[in-house]
Amino acid sequence: MKVLVAVKPVIDCDVKFLIKEDNSRINFNNLKFIINPFDENAIEEAVRLKEAGKVSEIIVVSIGPSQSKNIIFTALAFGADRGIFIVNEDTKLQPLAIAKLLKIIAIRELPAMIIAGKQSIDDNLGQTGQMLSALLGWSQGTFVSKLIINSTNVEVIREIDNGLETIVLSLPTVITVDLRINKPRYASLSNIIKAKKKPIDILSSIDLCNDISPHLITLKIEELKRHKFGINLANVTELIDKLKIKVI
Amino acid sequence: MSALVIAEHNNITLEPTTLNTITAAKQLDEDIHILIAGHMIYQIADIATKIDSVTKVLLADNIIYAHGLAEPLSSLITEIGHNYHAILASATTHSKNVLPRVAALFDVAQISDVSNIISNDTFIRQIYTGKALEILKSKDNIKIITVRSSSFKEAKNTGGHAIIETVSNKNYSLCSSFLSRQINKSRRPELITSKIIISGGRGIGSIENFKLLEVVADKLGAAVGATRAAVDSGFATTDMQIGQSGKIVSPELYIAVAISGAPQHIAGISDSKIIVAINKDKDAPIISIADYFIVGDLYQILPELVTELNK
Ligand SMILES: Cc1cc2nc3c(=O)[nH]c(=O)nc-3n(C[C@H](O)[C@H](O)[C@H](O)COP(=O)(O)OP(=O)(O)OC[C@H]3O[C@@H](n4cnc5c(N)ncnc54)[C@H](O)[C@@H]3O)c2cc1C
Repeated sequence: MKVLVAVKPVIDCDVKFLIKEDNSRINFNNLKFIINPFDENAIEEAVRLKEAGKVSEIIVVSIGPSQSKNIIFTALAFGADRGIFIVNEDTKLQPLAIAKLLKIIAIRELPAMIIAGKQSIDDNLGQTGQMLSALLGWSQGTFVSKLIINSTNVEVIREIDNGLETIVLSLPTVITVDLRINKPRYASLSNIIKAKKKPIDILSSIDLCNDISPHLITLKIEELKRHKFGINLANVTELIDKLKIKVI
Repeated sequence: MSALVIAEHNNITLEPTTLNTITAAKQLDEDIHILIAGHMIYQIADIATKIDSVTKVLLADNIIYAHGLAEPLSSLITEIGHNYHAILASATTHSKNVLPRVAALFDVAQISDVSNIISNDTFIRQIYTGKALEILKSKDNIKIITVRSSSFKEAKNTGGHAIIETVSNKNYSLCSSFLSRQINKSRRPELITSKIIISGGRGIGSIENFKLLEVVADKLGAAVGATRAAVDSGFATTDMQIGQSGKIVSPELYIAVAISGAPQHIAGISDSKIIVAINKDKDAPIISIADYFIVGDLYQILPELVTELNK
């Protein structure tokens, strides 16, 4: 079984984000890109399935500005077999556009399964996998914390608002995973060296799809100041007194 | 044109968050229709006809919708949805599963987790784990919106006189099937709508200690939440996780016990009115967003809290 893993380059959350003076948009200059954490779990799952003999080839695909290309090497060092990097320099792509580009790659590669993270840590939208599944007309399993490959289908456990749900997906399928599905490994030095030799196909977003312009326009971004100067209470009695006035 | 709200339910009762979504929809249109897709859902349909401002209940009763599977449900919504300028649902795992598909099938964007509606095409949502607000404008003719329930009041479930119309969809593929569901039933309030929440972090240390939180919760009529680390430690179930990758809450009172206050957790609680932190570390980041805090050991403070509340 061939598996396609979609990984998003995101800004390392340890880097403080900046809002420009005119409140317009977040400044991405000189920031370091990492693999979106949820997508790291997606790669790890594919690699484990390959080690278990259930998967024959892992292709990792990523879309982003050229300075984010490094994340493809990281994915290859984790154990993906080859990479596809779609360069998109200008505007930040929205989930629908990403889904359209991934659909084209899916049609080209025809994997039996596409795995991605359930959301990204920057926009937190959690839409791309579902949109991709709908555009392809494939089955869908989201928020997955356990994945079992059977001979003709895939069984997944999904984390839902009031518990867990098990569904069966016919192939081909699109799956989005939670952090709980596995614990991603560290890439060993020898694997990092090997990754440099693995093939990477570099494509351009505008060559692949002419319909990727944004549908949502950001008018303004405002920083929210959350800091409070809280009152230090000595004991529970003081707390209850305060809360009695305010809420309970 | 009207606005369409997708009801969330378990085939027997309507999820209260649907009522919050109706309030959001009212800011976009005076004429609101509600879609109830499921199996043997007549009881809910009847309840829905009485919701304030709802003029039409669209009833899709078919075994294929019984478990809310994304593929048939999204094709149903897409078939009936072109009559509407806005389609809304609460930002729950149920609609996060279904609505992006609907958006893609309409070739429009989804506007996720909206906390404020400025006009028919302009919305506010939080980004960067709650560190910033984004004001955005949609260029699409159909707006697909998920709503942050806690930002909108519940609509009244009386006073409405909606008509019922049955709908069905012709084209759907059954490429997935439902096997089982393990529901964690709780007698406590739902996290996302609860007025008071007490949450425990990794520092709670054991399932037994976590039970102490439940005792306090029951005294306060509160819901119990957890951090991802507490869930991963096995103290709490996944549905109790609050934060960036769990539930977003905004109670009147949030009590954080042995929670350090990682940005991913804060993302889920920053709209709480009053935050109380109980932590043995006076430098824990949670302190900087707390209204009140007690620096001390939970092994001492929690039992004291129980005794004090018993008075
Ligand atoms: C992509 C991503 C998504 C994430 N999503 C979420 C999310 O949705 N929700 C979430 O919560 N986390 C999330 N996390 C995890 C998050 O980064 C933190 O690791 C987590 O919130 C820490 O949980 P905690 O505060 O319980 O544990 P810790 O950070 O370990 O803090 C434990 C606290 O308990 C205190 N303590 C210990 N013993 C005692 C005692 N006896 N008495 C009093 N205080 C005590 C300590 O002082 C400490 O402050 C995410 C992480 C990533 C990378």
